[in-house]
Amino acid sequence: MADRIILQVTRYRPEDEAQPTFREYEVPCPKEWVVLDGLNYVKDHLDGTLSHRWSCRMGICGSCGMTVNGEPKLTCATFLSDYAPGPVRVEPLANFPIIRDLVVEIGDFMQKLAHVKPWIIRQEEKPLSEGEYQQTPEELDAYKQYSMCINCMLCYAACPVYGLDPKFLGPAAIALAQRYNLDSRDQGEKERMELLSQHEGIWGCTFVGDCTKACPKNVDPAGAIQRYKLKAALAWLKDIFVPRGAK
Amino acid sequence: MTRRSLEPLLWLLFSAGGVLSALFLPVLLLLFGLALPLGWLPPPSHARLIAVLGNPLTGLVLFLLCLLSLFHFAHRFRYTLYDGLQIKHLNELINLFCYGAAIVGSVVAVYLLWNVP
Repeated sequence: MADRIILQVTRYRPEDEAQPTFREYEVPCPKEWVVLDGLNYVKDHLDGTLSHRWSCRMGICGSCGMTVNGEPKLTCATFLSDYAPGPVRVEPLANFPIIRDLVVEIGDFMQKLAHVKPWIIRQEEKPLSEGEYQQTPEELDAYKQYSMCINCMLCYAACPVYGLDPKFLGPAAIALAQRYNLDSRDQGEKERMELLSQHEGIWGCTFVGDCTKACPKNVDPAGAIQRYKLKAALAWLKDIFVPRGAK
Repeated sequence: MTRRSLEPLLWLLFSAGGVLSALFLPVLLLLFGLALPLGWLPPPSHARLIAVLGNPLTGLVLFLLCLLSLFHFAHRFRYTLYDGLQIKHLNELINLFCYGAAIVGSVVAVYLLWNVP
């Protein structure tokens, strides 16, 4: 295996350039190096002006998502040697506006995330003296998969619907809403249903399924959305056919 | 909840149509498109088939299969036109064409099934 590899990295400095361009850097390629190691090598040794986001290096923080050879990836979990002999093209996450180099504007996602109320909602909090809310292992399993989301936005970069219509609530936000809907301690499903059952919510999804393929934590947002569609559709039928008093 | 939107109903039809057409259409096509015409299976007599078709239950099952498969097509084709060709601004025309075709197809199915001699 070659001991070096070429990275083709998106550079965009809005004060100097009208359009993003590519720049090539040759970096070492030991077998334990991930794409992020390559980028950090560029930043430390070749070109200190490169801007990219990263933090934990271990697939937890969700900040180092980028497009690697056309696919949305966590760069801390994507090995350079898998792309040998290269070159490896590193671009910012698709479907988001670029701020600088590999850094994208994530305000839209952050707003959508808060919009679906991803926290436990109780009609009435019980007093501390009554102790914690208990949960069986089965009740935990009902939502655990969806709680693995690290908000890395790879699913948004993978979603063609979000690419075409930025109003679409998007995979992670809906999956996280489901994470709380399915939590036995939560009582906020009705509030979230109002938001999720709008056209920009679940109905915008056409079940392409790329979000689930892109997810580095096996959350399966596509599955969450389809399950929720069934639930919302049955609620819609119930609304029409069950008289008000009987509910 | 957007109660006036028909999207949940259209999705239910799409979803049910997807399941039913995936399960039953290949069986029907294999039987009546290949196995019987090519003589892989001994074909039932014409009179017998007409008698089976004349049973209201058979008619109902075939009608539902046609209706749901057509609505499955309509919904999927609508979004294919929306996103694939990116002509979502023509949505009223597209909806009319897709769901209209499904309704017309279903009416034709009723007509044919009703008029089994």
